[in-house]
Order: sequence, then structure tokens, then C-alpha cells
Amino acid sequence: MTSSAMQQLYQQIILDHAKSAHGAVAELSALDADAASGAAGGLRQAQSHQVNTTCGDEITVRVGLTGTGADARIEGFGWRGVGCSISMASASVLNDTVRGTTVGESEAMLDLFREMLRSRGTIEPDEEVLGDAAAFAGVSKYPARVKCAMLPWVAFEAALLQLR
Amino acid sequence: MTFVAPPPAPAPDQASPGQTLSTDEVLRIRNDFPVLHQLVNGHPLAYLDSGATSQNPISVMEAEQEYYEQRNAAVHRGAHTLAFAATEVFEAARATVAAFVGADENEIVWTSNATEGVNLVSYSFSNASLGLGGPAAARFRLSAGDEIVVTEMEHHSNLIPWQQLALRTGSTLRFIPVLPDGTLDLAAAAEILNPRTRLLAVTHASNVVGTINPIEDLVAMAHAVDALVFLDACQSAPHLALDLAALDVDFAVFSGHKMLGPTGIGVLYGKAELLAAMPPFLTGGSMITTVDMQGAEFLAPPQRFEAGTQRISQAIALASAVDYLSHTGMGRIRTREAELGRRLVEGVTAIPGVRLLGPGLGVERIGLAAVDVAGVHAHDVGQFLDEAGIAVRVGHHCAQPLHKKLGVTASTRASTYLYTTDDEVDRFLAVLAEVGPFFGVSR
Repeated sequence: MTSSAMQQLYQQIILDHAKSAHGAVAELSALDADAASGAAGGLRQAQSHQVNTTCGDEITVRVGLTGTGADARIEGFGWRGVGCSISMASASVLNDTVRGTTVGESEAMLDLFREMLRSRGTIEPDEEVLGDAAAFAGVSKYPARVKCAMLPWVAFEAALLQLR
Repeated sequence: MTFVAPPPAPAPDQASPGQTLSTDEVLRIRNDFPVLHQLVNGHPLAYLDSGATSQNPISVMEAEQEYYEQRNAAVHRGAHTLAFAATEVFEAARATVAAFVGADENEIVWTSNATEGVNLVSYSFSNASLGLGGPAAARFRLSAGDEIVVTEMEHHSNLIPWQQLALRTGSTLRFIPVLPDGTLDLAAAAEILNPRTRLLAVTHASNVVGTINPIEDLVAMAHAVDALVFLDACQSAPHLALDLAALDVDFAVFSGHKMLGPTGIGVLYGKAELLAAMPPFLTGGSMITTVDMQGAEFLAPPQRFEAGTQRISQAIALASAVDYLSHTGMGRIRTREAELGRRLVEGVTAIPGVRLLGPGLGVERIGLAAVDVAGVHAHDVGQFLDEAGIAVRVGHHCAQPLHKKLGVTASTRASTYLYTTDDEVDRFLAVLAEVGPFFGVSR
């Protein structure tokens, strides 16, 4: 029966990310700066726990920054959670999207992602800009699932807010 | 539009197990439910979420409309003709619902939903614990050392109000555990219920595993230690002939919208002598005899517990729903649903990678089955089914502790009712079998 609508929603990119779960950690503890970053000293860190009350999906996202303001850089990132393939894939894509970017850049991506998800399928995503996150355009046609896709990004946003 | 009174034909025997509903009868019943006849995502709707909320037959909607078109007025006050007419149908509704569950009219209190009924009793106990209600209310008074017992399979609505009552009164909340097969551990219950137990709150039928609990045994155990029994009948009142007097429970709640009625109406049952002794929860208009600036005298039950303007049209519509169910026959509905439950159990246990929560064949269940699809989250399962026009419930079904006990965070639940066809169950099973392969977890 598998319809094209289902294949549109559950794109292979999403199913793959749900399985590979980039950035997922078994235990969330203090983050070390990413090896590639060369950042010396500790990271300013915060985490946020978010729950989707309709289905019980849960995620905790932890971020570590060097520097301050919009130019602060995300040098540490980790998450753990349980949930549907949409929310888990979204967390994996979030990891790939924001790790190593500045706070200003990641917030701009967050705005684009949110705008796309709230568009009810009317916004054609720019894959050049959004990368794998563009695969979630199909989710925007399913209002009940937008929250699943947003859950990790909302946790990320809330964690950043604590470091303002 | 004409308003037709519920069919006057003699209602079938409600209590004894009846003959199942034939395919023709189910199809005829479906004609009374307009909402069932629509396409969802290009497929005929298969509504398998009646455990969450049931659909309304035309007669129920017409009963509510007829009330507003012809009788709408404040009940129990006013001396005009419409007010009398409204009071008459409102109280007739109470009598209909009382007879349906083996209660007297003065033992039926209207609430907004079952949850409010649980809160009403728990807050009345609180008020008694503060000394309200005088010596008559002594048996509702809780303090440190007293124990409230619930079970691990309760809906959050029959758990959290008791947790809160324990916190307010310093009493202790204990629970009867669930066995791995999804039934209550009765051996443990015999240990847990003890002379310190003041109240046992238990569900009649589980909204997740579908089992019907041995209420007679639990009532005997609880009463042997002088504890009161509070029954959550939300999943039994719609599906089997409920005789609260015969079960000998002290309190019970159920909700209208799960039994063909509208939202916004629920029922609290309490034994007459208990309601008579219990202090009120909500206070205000319509529940008093005399008032001065220092205090008030309260009406007898049930009005003592019905402060403010009541849900009149909803109560009348619920009585219409009860008429519809009685006319069909609760014995027959129970038989039909056991059949649908078996069909679900047989079907889901035959699908590789799908785990049925709760007992398998051989244990009677109401017509529902909750499943876990290995490697696929319930939300994804529900989405896949919805795409095929099949409406199910996904998530924890307001029973997080039970899901945790069964080793899952969420499940997918199909629940049936008298309007459910075999074909709908088969469609659910066929699409459920495609879920694993689609998400790449079993090929």
C-alpha cells in the first residue's frame, strides 16, 4: 500500500538519520570541546529537556560554546532522547547542521527550519542552505508531526538562551 | 427534521451474554453514525479509536438539539413552564443513567467528565480531613498512617488525584503491581490491602491491555479490611452491562463521550449513605438550602455535589445514548466486542515483530489491543495507519506507569465499538503488517 505520500514524509534521508542518530550520546555529561576545534579551556555549557506531551517523545540537548554573543561558536554538542523517527532524525540533522557554526548562524538556520515546518507545505526549501534539514519539508504537510521535528531544535534554542 | 423518541421496543436483557451483532446489524448501526461515512486520505475512514472517544448516533445529537429547540431553561429553579419541562427531562436523564448501571437516582451525580468525578471525591475526602462534614464524615478523614491503594494499570486520572490527596493529607499511596502479562498481581493485592487501607481505587477494564479486572475479588478483599472501593468504569460502562450495586463498589465514575454521548458530561456514582455523609467539593448556587453571611446548609445528594448551572443538554444527550445502547443490548455488545478483541489479538500476534501488550487469547478483553512494533515508534505507526484512513491512538494513553512496567514508552492502540466491522479490523491488521517492512526493521 505504501503510498508516495508516506515516502514523501519518510524520505530515506530521514530514515537513515533516525538510525544513525548523529550526536546521540548514551549519557549526557559535561561536553569536551570538539577535537577539531582546537578550543583551549572549558566550554560554556547548558542543556534543555523537552517533552512532546502527545506521544511522550523526550529529548535533552546539550550545547557548549566558546566566546560570547552571536559570534560564539558551538564547539560541543550532544543529545539523548527517545521518540519517533521524525524527532530522532531531526536531532541527528540538528547535530550536523549546527556543530561548529556560530550562534548567529545556527539561529538563522533555526528560523529557516521553523519557517519551513510551519508553512504547511508551501515553502520549497533551499537544499543548498538547509542541507539534510530540507528533507523535513514533507513534515510541514502534517501539522501533528511538526512538533516532532521541532522538538530537538526547541531544546537547542532553549539551551542557547540559557547561555545568553 | 423530526425528533423521534428512542425506540420503544422492549430492551433486550442487558446482563446475560447475548448473541453477537450480525454483519447486517452492524451495518444498520453504522447508518446511525454520520461521521463514520467519510473518506480520510482517500480511504474509507476506519475509526478504531473509540477507547479515546466514541462517535454519536443521530438520535443523541437530535436529543440535544430538541432540548435547545423546545425546553431550554434553568433547572431546579424558576416557576415557569419551560423550567419545569427542563427539570423534568434533566431528572429523567438521571433516572435513565441510574437504571443503566444498577443505581438509584440519588446515587448519580453529574460531573463534566470522569476525571472531575475522581477529583470531586478526592477533594471531598480532603475537606473531611480538615474537619468539614462533622462526625458523619469521619470515615473520609485521612491522616498520616492511613493508606490509599491504587494499581499500576490506572489511567492518570485515577492516579494523580489520589497522589495529590495523599500529599494533602499526609497519608501514604501504595499500589498493586501489574504482572508481566498485564494482569493485576492479586497475591500482592492481598498483602497490600491491610487494616491501614482506607480506599482502593481501581479500574474495571484497562484502557491499554483491555483486560477486565476481577472487581468482585478486589471488593471482597478491600471490604474485609474496611476500605472503600472507588471504581473507574470509563472502559466498562460503554462495553458491558454494569451493575454497580451488585459489584458492591462504594464509588464509581464513567464518562459520556466514551459511550455514544457528547463531551462535557460524566457520572459519579456513590452509595447513598456515603454521599449523604460526604462534605461537598464545589460549592455555590444550586446546592444549598439556607444561607446567611456566616454559613450555609447544604442540600441532600446528588444536588449537594452539583454546584452551579448544570450540563443539562449533555445529560439529556447521555440518557439518549444510554437508550441507544440498551436498545442494542449490552450483553450483545459485550459478546460482539469480545469477538472483535479476539480478532485483533489473533491478527496482531500473527505479525512478525509486533508485540501485543497484555494477555493473549483465552483471557476476555474489551474490544481493544495495544501493540508495540519492534523498532518503530508508535507515532510513526499511527501516521502510517492514518495515511490508509485508519484512526488509532498512539502514545502512552494516559498510562505512563503501565507502559514503563511493560517495557515500552508508547504503544499503538486499536479500539472498537458496536459500529466496528470485521473488515475495519482486517484493514488495520493488513496495514500494520506493512509497517515493519516500510521502516526497514523486518523484511
